Amino acid sequence: MILHFGILLGFQLIGEILARSFSLPLPGPVIGMILLAILLLTRPRVGPAIEKTASGLLSHLSLLFVPAGVGIVQYLDQMSTIGLPLAAALVGSTVLSIAAGALTFKFVNQARGYKDQPHHD
Amino acid sequence: MTEILDIWSYLSTGPLLWLTLTLLAYLIGLGVFHLSGHRPFVNPVLISMILLSTLLVATDTSYTTYFEGAQFVHFLLGPATVALAVPLWQNWQRIKKSAIPMLAALIVGGLVAMASATAIGYACGLRGEVLLSLVPKAVTSPVAIGVSETIGGLSTLTVALVLITGVIGAVVTTPLLNAIRVRDYRARGFATGVAAHGIGTARAFQVDGTAGAFAGIGMVLNAIFTSLIAPIFVQLFF
Repeated sequence: MILHFGILLGFQLIGEILARSFSLPLPGPVIGMILLAILLLTRPRVGPAIEKTASGLLSHLSLLFVPAGVGIVQYLDQMSTIGLPLAAALVGSTVLSIAAGALTFKFVNQARGYKDQPHHD
Repeated sequence: MTEILDIWSYLSTGPLLWLTLTLLAYLIGLGVFHLSGHRPFVNPVLISMILLSTLLVATDTSYTTYFEGAQFVHFLLGPATVALAVPLWQNWQRIKKSAIPMLAALIVGGLVAMASATAIGYACGLRGEVLLSLVPKAVTSPVAIGVSETIGGLSTLTVALVLITGVIGAVVTTPLLNAIRVRDYRARGFATGVAAHGIGTARAFQVDGTAGAFAGIGMVLNAIFTSLIAPIFVQLFF
């Protein structure tokens, strides 16, 4: 458990170092993820070792966004003027983006002659 | 009475109280989510955010004080992002097969998110740095901060917009995709990750492992796509 968590932190650290030294446009953890994915794909035996720790961490991914989300309190006094336009922009663009992305995926997939892979429940 | 105030003033400035309350608020959020029969609009992140924000305002506690405790949870976002490599690896064969539809959905979903947020904001009267802060709102917060600074937005406002976008995405994605009849879990997950980053990905994992893996890839690809495209987009339209 400690070792597996250490592996995740180690990859994040390598990612941060690479991001800073080459001033890459990507944050360290994302680079760490790409590097770990490459390791897993080339050395699949590493996978089962960290699978449990990784899925444990990912099953509570929602919790990890709460502290940053509470940051909204810093903007409460400005919300009377910019709140409504921002809300309209966020709701509208999120709905449009999900719909456009999902439909594009579906139609390109069908155009290539593949079938949908629907719910398996 | 003074004793209670003494205990409060001791606890309210240290990290223990706000760390514990963050976990407690999340457990309440999860409890309500389960009680509701996993309804998508009962989002655990949203419930925790409302509970904690109300508490901060009611007790006149600053966000800085709160974050001193909550940072221990916040820190785990880094290793959790790295851990996304595991579902990526587990689903690699299916991902390789879907490379072309994914690329198409990335370009369309990423551009629509950027352009429609800016257009709606402009139509509703937003201008200047507030409008610019909207451009990277679909991508994961560490990347969005960087993009916002590069294009001249307010990075702290961008973080708030990113988080709210994630919650909106998590809430609307299931009913929206049912309504437009997209049933393929790969398409559903991927589009949600592109439009609503980590919170959308967390929601996708609640529904299905494949959807979660594709959402994770959508999030990562859009982080790369938006950080490359946003400066060009701003140059063209601002």
